[in-house]
Amino acid sequence: MSTARYETVVGLEVHVELHTQSKIFCGCSTAFGAPPNTHTCPVCLGHPGVLPVLNRQAVEYAMKAAMALNCQVADVSKFDRKNYFYPDSPKAYQISQFDQPIGEHGWIDIEVNGQTKRIGITRLHLEEDAGKLTHTSGGYDSLVDFNRVGTPLIEIVSEPEISSPEEARAYLEKLRAIMQYCDVSDVKMEEGSLRCDANISLRPVGQAELGTRAELKNMNSFRGVQRGLEYEELRQAQILDDGEKVVQETRRWDEALGKTISMRGKEESHDYRYFPDPDLVTLHIDQQWKDRVLASIPELPDARQARYTSEYGLPAYDAAVITSSKPLADLFEESLQYTGDAKSVANWIQGELLGYLNANNLEFSAVPLTGQALGEMIGLIEKGTISNKIAKTVFKEMLQSGKSPQQVVEEQGLTQISDAGAIKTIVQEVIAANPQSVADYQAGKDKAIGFLVGQVMKQSKGKANPGMVNQLLAELLPR
Amino acid sequence: MTLFDLSLNEIHNRLHARDLAVTDLVAQAFQTINERDDRIQAYLTLDEEAANCKAAALDEKMASGEARGLLFGLPAGIKDNIVTEGLRTTCASQFLRNYDPIYNATVMEKLQLADSVTLGKLNMDEFAMGGSNENSSFMPVRNPWNLDYVPGGSSGGSAAAVAAGEAYFTLGSDTGGSIRQPASYCGVVGLKPTYGLVSRFGLVAFASSLDQIGPITKNVEDSAYVLQAIAGYDEKDSTSAKVDIPDYISSLTGDIKGLKIAVPSEYIGEGVDAAVKESIMSALKVLESLGAEWEEVSLPYTEYAVATYYLLASSEASSNLARFDGVRYGVRAENPGNLLELYHQSRSEGFGPEVKRRIMLGTYALSSGYYDAYYLKAQKVRTLIKQDFDNVFAKYDVIVGPTAPTTAFKLGSQVNDPLTMYLNDILTIPVSLAGVPAISVPCGLVSGLPVGMQIIGKAFDEQTVLRVAHAFEQNTDFHKQRPQL
Repeated sequence: MSTARYETVVGLEVHVELHTQSKIFCGCSTAFGAPPNTHTCPVCLGHPGVLPVLNRQAVEYAMKAAMALNCQVADVSKFDRKNYFYPDSPKAYQISQFDQPIGEHGWIDIEVNGQTKRIGITRLHLEEDAGKLTHTSGGYDSLVDFNRVGTPLIEIVSEPEISSPEEARAYLEKLRAIMQYCDVSDVKMEEGSLRCDANISLRPVGQAELGTRAELKNMNSFRGVQRGLEYEELRQAQILDDGEKVVQETRRWDEALGKTISMRGKEESHDYRYFPDPDLVTLHIDQQWKDRVLASIPELPDARQARYTSEYGLPAYDAAVITSSKPLADLFEESLQYTGDAKSVANWIQGELLGYLNANNLEFSAVPLTGQALGEMIGLIEKGTISNKIAKTVFKEMLQSGKSPQQVVEEQGLTQISDAGAIKTIVQEVIAANPQSVADYQAGKDKAIGFLVGQVMKQSKGKANPGMVNQLLAELLPR
Repeated sequence: MTLFDLSLNEIHNRLHARDLAVTDLVAQAFQTINERDDRIQAYLTLDEEAANCKAAALDEKMASGEARGLLFGLPAGIKDNIVTEGLRTTCASQFLRNYDPIYNATVMEKLQLADSVTLGKLNMDEFAMGGSNENSSFMPVRNPWNLDYVPGGSSGGSAAAVAAGEAYFTLGSDTGGSIRQPASYCGVVGLKPTYGLVSRFGLVAFASSLDQIGPITKNVEDSAYVLQAIAGYDEKDSTSAKVDIPDYISSLTGDIKGLKIAVPSEYIGEGVDAAVKESIMSALKVLESLGAEWEEVSLPYTEYAVATYYLLASSEASSNLARFDGVRYGVRAENPGNLLELYHQSRSEGFGPEVKRRIMLGTYALSSGYYDAYYLKAQKVRTLIKQDFDNVFAKYDVIVGPTAPTTAFKLGSQVNDPLTMYLNDILTIPVSLAGVPAISVPCGLVSGLPVGMQIIGKAFDEQTVLRVAHAFEQNTDFHKQRPQL
């Protein structure tokens, strides 16, 4: 079995919850995590007689997202009903957009293995979210929470131009970053504010016609999307290798089992009977409105990345990592108001900060680090107040307590000893206590000096200025 | 002469002269209801206790000289598809037989603001689908002029209650003729306002692009008063119009000199009962005598209106009524085996045959592969029908014709023939599709049953419609005739 004979074709459908204050068609709050069914009203509960009223903020966010994804924003857009019965949908139809979406014909650039690739975006439309079902363990009861019903969503559909699971992940990461920069969504996959379905098919290399696709659902992380697609790539390749045909169907990714499982076939797919929602009027978007929204779009990740390389001389890789997340990029820029060493800031972010977050499975938003603190800490290193090594201890304490670097250094007495007299005393003690190492060193064994430096650092509790220790040892032990 | 023979304005004056108390009005209303409604069956729910409380409170308000609303103290009946907070709202459907709404329709808020008193909820065809009131899942309404005859529909309870003196005025809803046709059959005044003039918020939707709430009253002046109270933009209804609301009462000048009336040949031709046509011709003579001129015109797309309407209205209904799934309110099937059975059983038990017929028709018209041929084609024809009206209104002030091709028919005579039943709305449906306002006013009696004249106006020109209807009424006595009960 091999996937090399085949070309993978992936298209992604991404749902992004817009973080408006209120729902898309009523005044209820969209806040996450409230007790079930407390953010509801007759309108979002679909009581008889209620009518939807469009939230203009939701339209603006959708326009902003569409523009940031290089879409053309429609002059005239409308809403349609997507009819289906399910208990999470109180009206038994979802208000969505069928043939006149807010945005069309967009694109984003992704980078994989140092290559830039442009992925087309077919459309971006606005719709309402459904409620949340919980099935009790016995399987006899299902509970429904309508808090989420009516939360504004945008659905972003890519062209089938993604050629690998890795590209799919890069696409999602870029998409998330753009949404984050535009400040239209929290884009947290674990809270469901970003969700992704994928269509994947394989075709023999060189064939123009697309193969039969499977639709993948239930992937709850970017990693899950990548793994699901990797599994599906192999599964379909195996089927094709065996001379069989791939069945068009919807499959569910099972994270625990690490495989995809068939949910329903094509013949069981719904006829949604879309038609224009007669309760809503046509949405007209004039140039003035477009201009105003366009002006509100901040510098986006690609532009920032380019600026970080040109303005601060960061390597492309560093610039890409830092700009992939808006909070990180903001931290980077804020730090530079307190230190001039951009490369050093970038190193601390990519090394110690991301390392700490990964090790503790934390989001950046969960640590109380400010750009000022990071910048000042690097300033302390530059001034020689603390060593690089001590700085790591200081930094960890800053991440945990939110204290300023000066405060941590003071409280823990971590100021670097740069007083030549004080260091000389320790060095002399170490020389006196380690005659064998001294002899070895003077006999030409370079390694022995490392041991002696280590002893000095140990006695000074790590605070001795390492440069001065080296210099003094060399002076006191001539060869 | 009873209190019910007084116009709303006359009652208003007597209340202000302290010649009459709101409690008296309400008491007399319930007395009449108690005497007559066993025979008429216009009410589904009475709200006597609340009405008495409200009446007492209004009398106190009057005594203290506080600011008073436009419909101060006037007791009203409300069609049972208009949502009333805490007061059972069934749409005459088994599905909602236990449904007590948790909010008020905008028109109910407006009636409260105008200091009206709600007597109860009125019978109708289930979910407003029907033209005879025989589709009420509880009981049929009877025509006060002859109890063996239907009152029309779907606002049959609203029209019959006014005709029988069981309410001073009522609210109905009109999707394809549901205010005008029963008003015609019951010899009362029914106004369907321009689509968008009265908020639909809280009107249980049948066909959202057509539904309008409007008043049913004993005379045109009353109609103008009620319209004044309920019309106006509502931010809760995206389809409600941002238009200035004129003073409808002051538009009742009686002056129609030089008015240009169009009479569509399609409205007085084949299928229209000869006696009905004769009544309309006599009515036109009255209007002529007041200085109006009339000419015959053509609305060529009239013949496609009924088919267009049943496709569009049913399509919208199939989606609007999908929320009745047994999950959150209304009836729920007992012991369903699974989710699908919950839906199937709840909806099978909850809906009557006409509602099911229209849901199926609409579902079909919207289905993949049929959408273009049915729903989309019907939308295009709707545009042509609108253009018919635009063309005529470019030259004429109003269009006049019968409201319905016949007078009321016998209970049970058309129940098994839905297509014949649908044709009763052939003269009201085009108007609904065009979205323009129309009123039905009594203009004759044929074999003891009332005939209604329909006066159709330009969009948002209720003033002219009311002025013409009022001028006619001032020069005839049809509106003063009462059924013997």
